[in-house]
Amino acid sequence: MKVPLSWIKEYVDIDLSIEELGRRMTLAGLEVEEIQYVGYPLLEGDQRREAKISGFAWGPDQIVVGAILEVMPHPDADKLVLCKLDDGEQVHTVLTGAPNLYEFKGAGPLDTPLKVAYAREGATIINAYEPGNNPTTLKRKKIRGVESYSMACSERELGISDEHEGIIILDDDAPVGAPLVDYMGDVVFDIAITPNFARDANVIGVAREIAAITGAELSYPDLDIPMDGPPLEGRVKIEITDPNLNPRFVFGLIENVVIKPSPYKVQLRLKLAGMRPIDALVDATNYAMLELGEPLHAFDYDVLVRRAVRQVANLSYPTIITRPAEQGEKLVTLDDVERTLDDFTVMVCDQSGSLALAGVMGGAESEISENTTNILLEGAAWNIINTRRTVISQNLPSEAAYRFSRGVHPEMAPKGVLRGLKLMHEWAGGTIAQGLVDEYPLPPEDPTVEITADDVRRWLGIELSVKEIVGILESLEFTCQLGIRYQESGTSDKTLIPDTQSLITVTTPDHRLDISTGVIGKADLMEEIARVYGYDRIPETRLSDDLPPQRGNDELEIEEALRDLLAGLGLQEVITHRMTSSERETRRLSPDTPPDDAPYFTLANPITPERSVLRHSLLASVLEIVERNARIRERIAIFEINPVFLASEDGDLPDETKQLVIVLTGPRALADWAGADTSPMDFFDLKGIVDSTLRGLHLEDIRYENAEHPSFHPGKCARVTLGGNQIGVMGELHPQVKGNYDLPETPLLAADFDVTAIINAVPTLFDVTSIPSQPPMLEDIALIVDESLPAAKVEALIRQTGGRTVTNLRLFDIYRGEQIGAGKKSLAYSLTYQNPERTLTDKDAAKLRNKIIKRLERELGAQLRG
Amino acid sequence: MLDKLDQIKQDALDALASAQDEDALESWRVAYLGRSSAIMDVFKNMGGVPQEERGAVGRAANQVKQALEAAFTEKTVTLREVALQHSLSEERLDVTLPGRAIPRGRLHPTTQTLREIYRVFADMGFQIYLSREVETDEYNFQLLNFPLHHPAREMQDTFHIVSEEDRGDNPLLLRAHTSPGQIHAMREYAATDPDNPPPVRIILPGMCYRYEQVSARYESQFTQVEGLAVGHNITFSDLKGTLSDFARRIFGQEVRSRFRASHFPFTEPSAEMDIECFLCGGDGCSVCKDAGWLEILGCGMVHPIVLENGGYDPERYTGFAFGMGPERITMLRHRIEDIRYFWANDMRFLEQF
Repeated sequence: MKVPLSWIKEYVDIDLSIEELGRRMTLAGLEVEEIQYVGYPLLEGDQRREAKISGFAWGPDQIVVGAILEVMPHPDADKLVLCKLDDGEQVHTVLTGAPNLYEFKGAGPLDTPLKVAYAREGATIINAYEPGNNPTTLKRKKIRGVESYSMACSERELGISDEHEGIIILDDDAPVGAPLVDYMGDVVFDIAITPNFARDANVIGVAREIAAITGAELSYPDLDIPMDGPPLEGRVKIEITDPNLNPRFVFGLIENVVIKPSPYKVQLRLKLAGMRPIDALVDATNYAMLELGEPLHAFDYDVLVRRAVRQVANLSYPTIITRPAEQGEKLVTLDDVERTLDDFTVMVCDQSGSLALAGVMGGAESEISENTTNILLEGAAWNIINTRRTVISQNLPSEAAYRFSRGVHPEMAPKGVLRGLKLMHEWAGGTIAQGLVDEYPLPPEDPTVEITADDVRRWLGIELSVKEIVGILESLEFTCQLGIRYQESGTSDKTLIPDTQSLITVTTPDHRLDISTGVIGKADLMEEIARVYGYDRIPETRLSDDLPPQRGNDELEIEEALRDLLAGLGLQEVITHRMTSSERETRRLSPDTPPDDAPYFTLANPITPERSVLRHSLLASVLEIVERNARIRERIAIFEINPVFLASEDGDLPDETKQLVIVLTGPRALADWAGADTSPMDFFDLKGIVDSTLRGLHLEDIRYENAEHPSFHPGKCARVTLGGNQIGVMGELHPQVKGNYDLPETPLLAADFDVTAIINAVPTLFDVTSIPSQPPMLEDIALIVDESLPAAKVEALIRQTGGRTVTNLRLFDIYRGEQIGAGKKSLAYSLTYQNPERTLTDKDAAKLRNKIIKRLERELGAQLRG
Repeated sequence: MLDKLDQIKQDALDALASAQDEDALESWRVAYLGRSSAIMDVFKNMGGVPQEERGAVGRAANQVKQALEAAFTEKTVTLREVALQHSLSEERLDVTLPGRAIPRGRLHPTTQTLREIYRVFADMGFQIYLSREVETDEYNFQLLNFPLHHPAREMQDTFHIVSEEDRGDNPLLLRAHTSPGQIHAMREYAATDPDNPPPVRIILPGMCYRYEQVSARYESQFTQVEGLAVGHNITFSDLKGTLSDFARRIFGQEVRSRFRASHFPFTEPSAEMDIECFLCGGDGCSVCKDAGWLEILGCGMVHPIVLENGGYDPERYTGFAFGMGPERITMLRHRIEDIRYFWANDMRFLEQF
């Protein structure tokens, strides 16, 4: 919301610098997002910037109020005129092409000189013929044979608005020769209003906050107006069908107005506040709304009377009815759109039908037009939620709706009407009918809250006296009563109550709806006290309260350990979007497998169809990242740990199962001068990483078995189990799946693990064995076995047979060739024998070796390779 | 015989003199001190030496052997010294050649920032509490004092989830903040001792979602870290102290912070914490959008309704809560201009961390 400082100053004295004022407002919750200087120099003196600043300064000696005494034709140019202009020091001839002077051309000396914004020779103004706000300095030159060195300015040239059609015509009372900045310079605060500050979305609201934080006095607009017309009573009736929807409805009437533009200074204020001036009547309703926060609606009274007469013969006055709309009811609003309404929309109607969407927008028929002379001015209070729902369903975010959907206190209704009538009377003449018609079936209870200085200390950590607390609350117009004790105790011995426990009974002022009762009301008041006292004055302390039970977060710690292990093994962590589409996820499956028909959690309001469901597969997400990076990186080694979303057996909420996906592709290392191994990574690179990671978590009984999975090559896929429970799958991506993505030629290896299963298997503690004091014996054994025999079986049997004595076992070679025959392979193991108690002899070793070989021969058909 | 020994010695020493490296030295040792060397032959053939000469020949042969061994040792030392000197003076690497590349793994920048946040708050006694990402309207809004149709809901455009059955006023949605975890956590803590719930001091990290058109400034998903401290003796000044300490640890001990009044439905009083722009020192720049201050987090005293909904009596307990965006903090610290980088996972971005 934009608020001109000059307007605020009508209601509160301010002696702070602009930037300091901005700072104090921001800290108190009226966040100043931008300060626009209109005519005043930016950041005068050594002021520190407190917000974004903008604006254009008018030189006080160069840009002054001038008076055009006569408008004369230009000898050679129809579109130009010559003005005889008095700048307070002398009379100049000023050349201009402003169309709003044509009507005065050749009319001789003007009876009433036209006051304008005059830029003298050497003045700096904005160059209106270039985009942006580039300054230009006025220099003497000849235009069409006439010497020109100064000008009468448009709003654009002074940085007020984009208006450049005509020059500014000031009000008649502008003092000739006065610096323009002194006459109409201003500063505009652009304030972000949070929902709980809706009461401050107006000039008085902002002035009240400033008065509270600076300790200055707040004054109010003059509502004492001349009501010289006949009484309004009996000339309009109001029927409220549901006070919850419409707690109050007020009418005032002004007759015989003359529609004309409002004074320039009014127009300027409206523009600076972000509203477009229309005419004196519309401007008056907007001006009153901006000032007091009460949106007003002006009806053409004569239209209402005609409708009433048409409906009921001999009835000369309208009856205004407020009611919810019928579902599907229609109304043409003043923007000429026919709207279909919902049953939550509140309507203003008369006996002939609907007139307006209450609090949101007027109807076309009864709006004021150029022929209007009698105006019935409405001020009302509307239900916040109904207004809000209407704004959303009709997509009509008007200034009125903005305010009503955040709450306007019913007490503001008559004040707004009186203020509006007064302004109309001032700017458009006419006679105000005596009295208002006021239906007020549901006055709100202005809440009362009891607080103590102890409460303030308990919430805010500051020691304030009762006097200070009362001072703060009264500055915001709360009413405070002291010394009333809870009636529960039955006594009224006030002297026994320490000051810090003495009750302050606080009553909410009649302009705000945001204060509750009880402990919530207390919290509301604490905010008010803290804001006005100053957030910056509240000290900083460290927590001194009891520490809670220390539980830690074991699951997260293991998850983070997992990340560390994977990063330590050279993998880059990625974090992908959880939202995807089923089409995108289908790419992860080979075409000859059944589709993923598990139900998706689908967004009701996706931003794009590509992100319309919550993913089932983390692998699909990570593969997209590989695809994206394949063009810029030859070698990719990445992982992600994050959830997928699957339907749960218990309840509507999904299981958010955390998965770990690892993907490798590309050469083992990039080619370098030192002869790095550039062969492509294969299954066993991935297995090495998986195995190191799982062992890094001290997991035991890790097994890999051939398996099939829709994403993987059927012959190059393993199921990984821990103690017999599957924790994940890994393998080389199925060639047809790989074909679904734009990926390099090299094999793509991927692993997909259930992180929760891993976490659950991690032992809390693990044992460390002593370093053996006895020397080890090393021995190599090469065995010829069938090609189809898994190496893990050989290894398991060796370990089983060797028992504790075989302390290490390493497969160091696999050989296939003619020497051993087709369909066979030779596995060469290096074994370490060790006995913790005694030194092994050659005889011990030979015995064990024979035992192992015998068993391998017998059970696996292995054959010792000579 | 003694002449012969002299000759053996002389030949050996001559040969030794010409040995120039360790290999030659080893060949010399085999040839002149080995099993079939001349001197060893002398010992072997001692039987053929007349009895009366044996003593003298034996002594002499021993002397020769010892002399040769000494010469060998000396020569070895010399040669090693020469080799060392040669190595030191001649072996020169081009140290500018690149090292053998060992791929370095990294954590995602968000993870890195999250961990820094965890660490700072862990030092202040805050433990980590995780909760779900798909929530109900009740937990995401209603229990946090966002009534139905409340204007404050406009501040957070929410992704809703389609349900087969009509869930009325309690639809499923993607959490817009990690605040639902505040209720889950408080209820969990309160359940341990409903009449006298224990204090709470937690941070709640996790992915959140808002219905935003994706741009350089907005992403539809983002991580958030909220904090919650509830107890018998927790004040707004504790909130200020805790969060200013946090800002100093994350942005540097010199950083100035300010708290300004703001509004969140689930806190009251509410505040936003800004820090003085560390890039321009408050003079205004593109990062702080000419404001001189950077918005870092929102915070406030826990609203009585929220305490109540969590099982904590607002007449006996107070608390504070705060929430911040790790991506935003990361962006500010590294002058990252586009939030979309975070989930795009372009290696050229990730590898800079």
